[in-house]
Parts: sequence; structure tokens; C-alpha cells
Amino acid sequence: MEFLAPDHGVIARRELILSGLAEAVGADRVISDEDGRRAYETDALTAYKCMPLAVVLPRTTEEVSAVLRYCHANGVKVVARGAGTSLCGGALPAADAVVVGVSKMNRVLDIDFAGRTVRVESGITNLAISAAVSPEGFFYAPDPSSQLACTLAGNLAMNSGGAHCLKYGVTTNNVLGVRMVMMDGEIVDFGGPQLDPEGYDFLALIVGSEGQFGIITEATVRIIKSAEGARPMMLGFDSAAKAGMCVARIIGSGIIPVAIEFMDRPAIKVCEAFAKAGYPLDVEALLIVEVEGSEEEISERLAQIVEIARPLNPSSVTVADGDEQAARIWKGRKAAFGAIGRLSDYLCMDGTIPLSALGQVLDDITSICKSHGLKVANIFHAGDGNLHPLIMYEANDRDAAHRAELAGAEILKLCVKVGGCLTGEHGVGVEKRDLMHVQFTETELVLQLRIKAVFDPLDLLNAGKVFPLDVKVAPDEPAGDAAHAA
Amino acid sequence: MNEILKPAADWELQSMVKQLAARNLSIELVGNGTKRSVGRPVNASMAMTTTGIRGISLYEPTELVMSARAGTPLSQIEVELAGRGQMLPFEPIDLGPALGSYAGSQTIGAVFACNLSGARRITAGAARDHLLGVVGVNGRGDIFKSGGRVMKNVTGLDIARGLTGSWGTLAAMTEVTFKVLPMPDDTATLVFTGLTEDLAVELMCAAMGSPYEVSGTVHLPQTLAARLLHDDLRMAARSLTAIRLENFPRSVAYRKGRLKERLKVYGPPIELDQESSLRFWGELRRLSVMPYGSQTYLWRISTAPKVAPQLVNTIRRHMDNVETMYDWSGGLVWLEIPASADAGASDIRRALATHGGYATLVRADIGVRESVDVFQPLNPTIERLSRGLKSAFDPSNVFNPGRMYATI
Repeated sequence: MEFLAPDHGVIARRELILSGLAEAVGADRVISDEDGRRAYETDALTAYKCMPLAVVLPRTTEEVSAVLRYCHANGVKVVARGAGTSLCGGALPAADAVVVGVSKMNRVLDIDFAGRTVRVESGITNLAISAAVSPEGFFYAPDPSSQLACTLAGNLAMNSGGAHCLKYGVTTNNVLGVRMVMMDGEIVDFGGPQLDPEGYDFLALIVGSEGQFGIITEATVRIIKSAEGARPMMLGFDSAAKAGMCVARIIGSGIIPVAIEFMDRPAIKVCEAFAKAGYPLDVEALLIVEVEGSEEEISERLAQIVEIARPLNPSSVTVADGDEQAARIWKGRKAAFGAIGRLSDYLCMDGTIPLSALGQVLDDITSICKSHGLKVANIFHAGDGNLHPLIMYEANDRDAAHRAELAGAEILKLCVKVGGCLTGEHGVGVEKRDLMHVQFTETELVLQLRIKAVFDPLDLLNAGKVFPLDVKVAPDEPAGDAAHAA
Repeated sequence: MNEILKPAADWELQSMVKQLAARNLSIELVGNGTKRSVGRPVNASMAMTTTGIRGISLYEPTELVMSARAGTPLSQIEVELAGRGQMLPFEPIDLGPALGSYAGSQTIGAVFACNLSGARRITAGAARDHLLGVVGVNGRGDIFKSGGRVMKNVTGLDIARGLTGSWGTLAAMTEVTFKVLPMPDDTATLVFTGLTEDLAVELMCAAMGSPYEVSGTVHLPQTLAARLLHDDLRMAARSLTAIRLENFPRSVAYRKGRLKERLKVYGPPIELDQESSLRFWGELRRLSVMPYGSQTYLWRISTAPKVAPQLVNTIRRHMDNVETMYDWSGGLVWLEIPASADAGASDIRRALATHGGYATLVRADIGVRESVDVFQPLNPTIERLSRGLKSAFDPSNVFNPGRMYATI
């Protein structure tokens, strides 16, 4: 992986910059010692590490503004950080960049149950939003697996999804407004408690911009009343293709379950050993299908799903018999990455494919990994075709790590080839940056860069990520300047 | 404006845009032209319609996805979807009748370009929430794609969604790919009568805050209810507050019972069955209670539900004969006002400054649309960013110059 060459001029001015930051927001907000900074040198993509120039943890929007204004004036790059749970290196620091973390800004500011919105500071964890509204029976819908730790700020930057987005959508469908600090320190509100944008849909562009447009400090998100109840069932099949067909038939019949999760045999084995969820061990593919509603509604829906599955001869059909079993079924699924992580290092891919290609793609993934001498487990959101192949390798073995990266890249190229995309919910970051050429033409990448430049013309925010380093806006068309010059 | 360009394919549109840009010419970009009178008057050299670029290019009912070229009539899309028991979940509103044009003639490209959503938006999300991918041509004459045909995709910037609601000012969409959903097996409506606007909004919010997946909440004062074609409801001769439920029949019956119990303090509702419900919500979708008329103008206000009645009261203090319809449990207010020189813009926008929200002037004479801000005026920073965005897509102002904002 090629990284942007650090600006040695900036690194040489480190002491001056540290005192400038301290002056801007107070020394107690700045982490400059090596031990303190080490906690920020990587994110959940631990293959890459880099000690940042400094770390700042502001407490208010105004402090974020002061830091960015200082960095902007002094040509210092900034890497925004939530909880550092990015799986694609989205929060990976740079040696010449200041990490600005929003984790200390985690308050709930306003809850409007009648309008079903909540205004929060962006450093709040995903799960804490639901916790704040659950006494009234509401929840915040996007539920990435890291929801206990990950921040809303990171969810907004990556447009995070989760297991339940088949029914409730992803982050971009659940946010109504943000307060964002621009790189020059200006504080701007986009959207608000109302459902429509005022002019252009800037929120659509900001959500998923991977920390390259500004730093979001507050957001207004939608909350939803929880269903009266929910219950999962498990359907085991002797082939992945049949499981894929079952998903297509459920959806084709007009039923939209709240979640449809898929696990293959290697994943089932590991998760069952970990969670004792009662997963069948003699099947090639397992679907966890969850429906919501009243007791009666749930029973009717699950019975319909059993009928739909029957012609495909499922080798096992288990409906959760109560809350306890339901919890265990989900525990196994939600702990899957951790459980596999206890056995082996792994690379988690995140491509999305059209569901009709599922059987073939899973076969091809197995062959690709085999050709590199690696094993793979598959756990993913089947309802929306978002794959998560976990390519297992030994991290201390540099050759194996390299082969895992090669296999990962081949898998993602395959996803694009069958009509899908490189990343469904994790983001591009550094991990998939150089694969962007597979999905986009040069023209398309340049168009995206021009839009980024409207927000951050000097390219100081999370630089060197998302866009391949060789893609440049032609010098005779100074994008972004137009925004300022006009 | 005599000449109307009608490219038959994206490459042809691309080549036309390149020539226009090279000659410093601009175009008024339209689908079927049903919303041509929305926005500031476009000062363009000629017009271009996307209606030559039509046809459904992909439909996978089991993946809930369809792709169609931008000029495909919405009616064709809905017929195709209905054939497989599916629908556009966001129930795009049809402004045709309110604008003095025909119902059912808009294109799918325009639905997304104008982010048109109907009553189900409150639960299902807006048009923008269902757009998965776009192929388009920007003002430099580059063909680009964004997004794709899969539900979950965070690869690169979400340009497709960023184009929704841009009213053809950034790029010409040539193909759109969108998420569809199964039609519900059953629909029922509870219509509460005689409520004040305050109580109606309270009721609608309470219904939305229930676990019964209410898929539409709308309030019509008595004067607007009197304009309904739906006989039973018109003859009720009272204000109407309607709550829609959709699901399989047993679920609808169950939820209806629970909601009636929960909302009984608001009085006994009129109950509409499936057929009657479809007629009522179909009428609302065409905005039939606010038909075209030369003596009235039409505003569309987006705000937080809890402030909507106060906002409307403040506006009423400044003008008479205001008719109001509340959708989205109060978060969307349609305001019909008597024609006037500034369409009440200053009073309405002053009220919004106090209570919060945005207003768009949907129908007014061309002279009025020339002189007042049709779309919500932007603060200087958002305006600068908007100009920057326009310039990133369309640096020489080929598409719909001035339609949304005088400077963009």
C-alpha cells in the first residue's frame, strides 16, 4: 500500500503546532506524548499503523472549529476519528496529521418523541442513542455489529448499515440534519428536524464522505417505535445456492423480514462453539430470518416462510421458542467476527452482489481463497446481498498476509463484475482505495474529487484515502476554487 | 423557445450537451414538462426533453430492484410493478392536476430529480431514499454512473442521491435504478372527524409513535374535505384526520383494533376498507383537494410536526382564506393562498424563521416566480457550497440556469 508522502515541513514544526493547538483549545484537550498517541495509531484495520502528529479531543463544536481553523491556517492535515472501529482504515492517522476525535462529545441534546427525532452530539455511541429512547419504546435503526463501541460520527462518515437495514435502511435513510465544522472552522447546519432538505441534498453527499468533507459534531436522527415483538427462525440447507434461492423466494412472495442473515458451514461451526446457539452443524448454509409484530402476526409470517422454504427441502427448520433462544441465535451471529478472530487473524471483505449471483459467487470465493492456500468463512446480510467473506490467515506470516490481500482484491473485483460493488457498509478508506479504478472510470473519480474539493479545496481532511493517489483533477480546472472565487 | 431537443440515447444527449457547452448555450431540461411551471423561470436558449430515452432496462422482483431510462413514463413503471404485486414505496405525488397539467404523465427521471414523495414517505422514506443508482451526463458532457443496482453500497460519494431534488440543475439523469417493495395485501383507513388542527397533529404523532407501522397520516380541514371526490368522506362535512394501515389482512385487522383502542379519546373513526382506502389515498396522491386555479397559489412547507399548527396560525394572522392540508403527521403542510403580488412569501418566510422549516412556492404566476424566492433562500455558506456543487457538475451553466436560485 502506497501512502501519501508526509510533509516533513509540518513534522519539523511539530512543537510549534502543539503549542498552537493548546492555545486554540487548551492544553488539556491535546494529547502529545507518545504513549497517549499510541492508542490512536490504528483503527480496527490493524494491519496499518501510523503515529499521528498529535491528538485533540474537543468537548464542543466551537473547540472543533478552533482546531480546524488553526490547522487550516497552518496547512496541517486532519484525520477525524469516532471510536476507531473502522474496518477499512478510515481513521488511520498520518505522521503529518492531527487526529481530531469526537468521543468526548457524546450528549443527547433533545428528544422529540412526537416528531420521532433525536438531536445528539456525534461522539455518542450508536447503541447509546437507542438506550436514550428505549424507555419510551423507541430505537435508532441502523445497527452495525460494532454498535456498542462505534460512534454516530463514524456511522455518518461511513454510511453504516447493519443487520436490520433490509427493513429500516442504512444511516443515510435515518439522518435528517447535521451540524458540521468545515476545514476552515466555519460551523454549518445542513437539514434539521424536518424531512426535506432546503435546497440541494447535501446530506446525501456528506453521509458516506469518509471524513473528507468536514467534522460532524451534532446530528438529528430519526427514531422508530419498536415492534411489539420479534422472533428469529433458522433454516438450514445442504447448499448455499438453495439458501440463496430461499431468500429470493421469500422476498419474491411479498414478505420483507426485518433481517435475513446467512452463514456458511465454517462460520456456523465457529459461532456454535462460541455461543451454543443451537445452530445445526450438518448443513452447508444457514439462514437466520427474523420477523416482527404481535405474537399472532409473527406466527403467521413464520408459518408462511416455512411453507416457502419447504419445496427447497431445508435440512433443518427451527423457530425460536422464546426470548432466550432468540437471544442466543442473535448472540452467535453478532459475535461471529469475534469468534472467528479467536481462531485466526482474518480480513473481512464487504462487497455487495445481486442476490441472483449468490450461489456462483460463494463458490468462486471458496475457489479464490483455495488458490491462495487460504480458508474462508462467510457470514453476511443475505437480504441485501452484502457479503462478508472472512479470509483467515496468520498475521505473523507476511506471505500469508499478502496472499490474503490478493484474495480479498480478487473477491471484490468479482463482486463488481457480477453487478455489485466494492463495499456495502464498511467504506473505502485506505483498504479499498486502489480498487476504486475497478468500479469507477477516471471521469467518475474526477467528478467525485471535484465535489470533495467544494468542501475541502486544500485536501487537508483525511487525505490520501478513498481516491486512488494517481487520480487528479486536471490543473487547468481548479475545482473547489470556483466555490470560493464565485 | 421553439427548438426542443429530444435525444434518443444517453450518448446522443451527451453529444448535444458537449455542443451546447462549447457554444455557451443553455437548455431547459425537462421530462414530460408537467412541472415546467415550478421554480424560477429558466432563461435558456432551448429546451431538451428526456422522453426519447425511455424503457425499463432491468426488473428483478426477487431483488426488489428496477432500472429504467429517465424518460420512461411513471405510469408505465407502475403498471409493470403492479403486474408483479410490487410498487414504489414512496408513493410519488403527482403534481400534474395542481399545476394545470394531466395526472399520470410524469417521467421516472423527474420523480427522482424533484424528489417527489407522497403520504407513505413518513414511514417508507422519500424518493431519495429509494434511489440506488444513476447514469447521467454532467454539464461538461461526461457520462457518469453512481451507485448501482444493489441495496447496500458505500463505494465513493453518493452522487445519485445527491442529484435528487436538484430539479435538473446539476446533471441530466439518463437512467435510474431504484428499490421497490411488495404491495400490501390489505389496506384500511381510520378517519377521525371534527378535530382541530392541534388535536389532529397530536393524534397523527401518537399514531406514528405506535408500533403498528402506520403508513400514512393526513389532516384535511372541513373546507378541503368538501372538495374530495370520495363521497362518504365529503359528506361527513367535518374535518378529517386519516390514519392508514397496510399489511396482510389479519395484521391490518389486529392493528386497526389496537389503534382504535389507543386513540379512542379522539372519538369514533369512520373506517375505510381496502377499496375505499385506495380511492381516498389515490386522490390525495394527485393533490385533488388543491386543484389548479388561477386565483390561488400553492406553497409546500416542510417543518417539524409539533410546530406545524402554530406555524400555520402565524401565517393566518397575516392573510385570509388560507387553506391547509397536513401530511406526514404535520411535517408537510400544503398551503393554498389567494393570488397576490409576492405570494405571501415575506409573511410565510418570516413565520418560518420563528418556527423553523422550509417553504417552496409550487404554483404561482410567472411574474411572481421571477421576483420572489421560489425555493427556500439559502444562508451565505450553503449558497456558496451550492454554487460550488453546481460548478463541479455544470461549470458553464448548461442545465436549467436560475431555476432554483438566481445565482445558480
